[in-house]
Amino acid sequence: MRERIGGLAPERGRPVVAFGVDAIDDHLPGGGLRLGALHEVAEAGPAAEHAALAALFVGGLLARLAGPVLWCLPGRDLFAPGLAAVGLHPDRVLYAETRRETEVLPTMEEGLRHGGVAAVIGEVARLGLTPSRRLQLAAEATGSLAVVIRRWRRGSPEPGAALTRWQVVAAPAPPPSAPGLTRARWTVELVRARGAEPRSWLVEAPDAQGRLRLSADLADRPLAAPQRRAAAG
Amino acid sequence: MAQDGPRRVLAAVDRAAWGLGLRPGMSAAEAQSRVAGLVVVEAAPEDDLAGLARLADWCLAYSPLVALDPPLGLWIESAGAAHLHGGEARLLADLCRRLRAGGLAARAAVADTPGAAWAVARLPRAGRIVAPGRQGAVLAELPLWVLRVEAGTVARLHQLGIERVGQLAAQPRAPFRLRFGEGALRRLDQALGHAPEPLAYRAPPETHAVRLAFPEPIGAPETLARVVARLSEALAQDLERRALGGRRFDLVFVRVDGAPQAVSVGTARPSRDPRHLAGLFAERLSLVDPGHGIDEARLAAVRVEPLDARQIAALADDTDPDGMALLVDRLALRLGPGRLFRAAPVESEWPERAVRRVAPLAPATGASWPAGLPRPGRLIDPPEPVVALAAVPDAPPGAFTWRGARRRVVAADGPERVFGEWWRSDAEASAFRDYYRVEDESGARYWLFRDAPAAEGGRWWLHGLGEA
Repeated sequence: MRERIGGLAPERGRPVVAFGVDAIDDHLPGGGLRLGALHEVAEAGPAAEHAALAALFVGGLLARLAGPVLWCLPGRDLFAPGLAAVGLHPDRVLYAETRRETEVLPTMEEGLRHGGVAAVIGEVARLGLTPSRRLQLAAEATGSLAVVIRRWRRGSPEPGAALTRWQVVAAPAPPPSAPGLTRARWTVELVRARGAEPRSWLVEAPDAQGRLRLSADLADRPLAAPQRRAAAG
Repeated sequence: MAQDGPRRVLAAVDRAAWGLGLRPGMSAAEAQSRVAGLVVVEAAPEDDLAGLARLADWCLAYSPLVALDPPLGLWIESAGAAHLHGGEARLLADLCRRLRAGGLAARAAVADTPGAAWAVARLPRAGRIVAPGRQGAVLAELPLWVLRVEAGTVARLHQLGIERVGQLAAQPRAPFRLRFGEGALRRLDQALGHAPEPLAYRAPPETHAVRLAFPEPIGAPETLARVVARLSEALAQDLERRALGGRRFDLVFVRVDGAPQAVSVGTARPSRDPRHLAGLFAERLSLVDPGHGIDEARLAAVRVEPLDARQIAALADDTDPDGMALLVDRLALRLGPGRLFRAAPVESEWPERAVRRVAPLAPATGASWPAGLPRPGRLIDPPEPVVALAAVPDAPPGAFTWRGARRRVVAADGPERVFGEWWRSDAEASAFRDYYRVEDESGARYWLFRDAPAAEGGRWWLHGLGEA
C-alpha cells in the first residue's frame, strides 16, 4: 500500500503526507504529517462543535493521499459534496455511521488494524488518554493515518497520545474587489506536536485539489501572521 | 371442520366468518344455521402441519434455530441472528411484513423465554418486544391461558379466584403443587425463565454443512476458537469442491443440556476464505454461553452463490486490492446492517437530495458532484430557521441571528437559485430557494437560503456551515 501513497517525503525513514505548503512542511519533523500515527484536529469559533472547517481541513489533506479512507461518525451532517470540493473523491470514502459516539473509537481501531485503508478518520467529542494510545498503536502497526476530529462545544483538550494537535479557525478574508466572496481564509494552528514548536499560519482554504496556500499577501513573510483568532466558544 | 366425538365442530374460521360470529369449537350444525351458504371444508391437520413445517423452513432465513409449535405457532431463536437484520425490532417488522405480503395473518413477539414470547404474540395489542428480564412484569396482568396450561386446570383455578399469572406466581408453591400437580407451575417457571424449556429445533437442510462432535464437553473460549477454525477449513474445502461461496453462515453449538447456541455472520460478497470466516466468528464467540459444556458444533453455509477460483483471483486482485471486503464484513458485524456506505452523487439541485448512499463495495463510478458549485462541509439537516435583516429586498442579509447570537454579514455571494422538483409534489412545483454564501466579521462562513421572495414573506434558513 505504501508505494501507492502520493506526496510522500520519506525523510528519516518515516513516511509523511506533506501539506504542500513549505512554511508548514518545513516546520514539521519529517516534512509533513506522519503516517502510521494519530493526529487530532479541532475547530475554534462560533460553530466549533460542528467542526465543519476541521472536516474540510482533513478532507483536503486526504486528497493528497491515495487509497481508500474510512470515516467514522455518529451523526450524519458531514456533507460529501463539500468534501469532494476539497479534492476527496466520493469513491474513496467508506462511511461508518455509528449509533453512539462510544462506538466511534473502537470502529476506528478496527479500521486501523485492518491496514488496507490509507487513513481512518473519527469524529468524537471526547478522547481519553487510553483510547488515544490504542489508536496510536494500531496506526503504528499498519502505517495508516489516524485523525480524530474533536467536536466539542467548549473545553480544553485532555492529555493524549496524538503526535500532533491542530486547531482550525475562520479568519476574515480580504474584502473582494467585486461583489462576491474571495477564497475563505483560515488560521491553522499547530497547538502541540512532538518535535516541533507550536505555531500558527494564516492560509487560504483548500482548493479543489486539497491544497492550502499561504495567503497571497502573506506569502513573502518569513514568519506566521499574528493570530487573529476569535474567542472560542 | 373436524370431528369431536359424536359432534362435527368448526376447527378454524377465517376473518369473514369470525366477523359473522362463528367461533372454533362451535358445532357445524349451529354454524350452518346461523350463516346461510356457509362454505365448510374438512379440516386437514396433516396438511396444516406440513404447511407449518414449510413456513418453518422459510424462517430459517432469519435464524438457524426454528421450532414448530403446532397447530399454529413457530418459535425462532433470534439471539444470535437479530444483528443480521438490524436488531430485534427490525427483524420482527421484516418478518411480519413478508408474511403479510405472502397472504398470511401473523402475530409475533420477542421475549427472553419461549413461553413469554408465546403469550405476548397472542395479545391483541402491539408492543411486541419484551425487554430483557421484563417478562415477569409483562405476564403478571395476563390471564392464565397464556401460560399454555390445560383448560381444566385454568377452570379450577378460576373457581379459586386465580385468574392472572401474577396471582398464580404469588401462590405458596408446596400446597399448590399438591392440589394441582406440576404442570401449571412448570409452565410459569419456563415463561419466567426460572426453568428451561427445551424446544425441538428443526434440523436445517444441511447441504453445505460440517460438524464436529466432542467426546468430552468443551467450553473454554480458546477451544471454541480452535473448533471454529477447524470447521471453517472443512467447510471451505466443501464449498471449493462445489465452486460455491457463502453469503451467510450459521454456527450452532449444541450444549450438554440440549440448549443450542447459535451465531450467524453475513458477508458482503460470496466467500469461502477460512481465515475470513473464522475472523468474523471470532468477533461474536464471546456471546456464546457454553453452559456446562458443548457436545457438538455445526457450521453451515446457509446462503451460497457460485464462486469459482477465477472469481476469487479477480476479487482479490482487481476490484479489491486493499481487502476492503474483509473490513466491510468485520465492521458490519460490529455496527449492524445499513451503517456502512459510500456517498454517490444524485442529480438533484436540492442539497439534501444530492447525496445517495450506495453499498460499501459498490463499484467505483468516478462520478462526483459538479465542480465549481461551492458547497459547505456540514449540512444542517433539517435547516434551522434564522432571523435575518435584509436592508434591500432580495439581497443577502446584512445581519442574522442563529442560536441566539447575532452575526453581522461583511461579505456575501449569491443568490444561487434552486428550483423544487415538480414531479415530487404539487407544493414543490412552485417552490424555490435562493442560496447565499455569507461571511461574518470573524471570517466564519454560512450557507443561508430564503424560501420565497422577500415580498412574499420568504423566511431565512441556515443550511450549511464551513466552506473551502
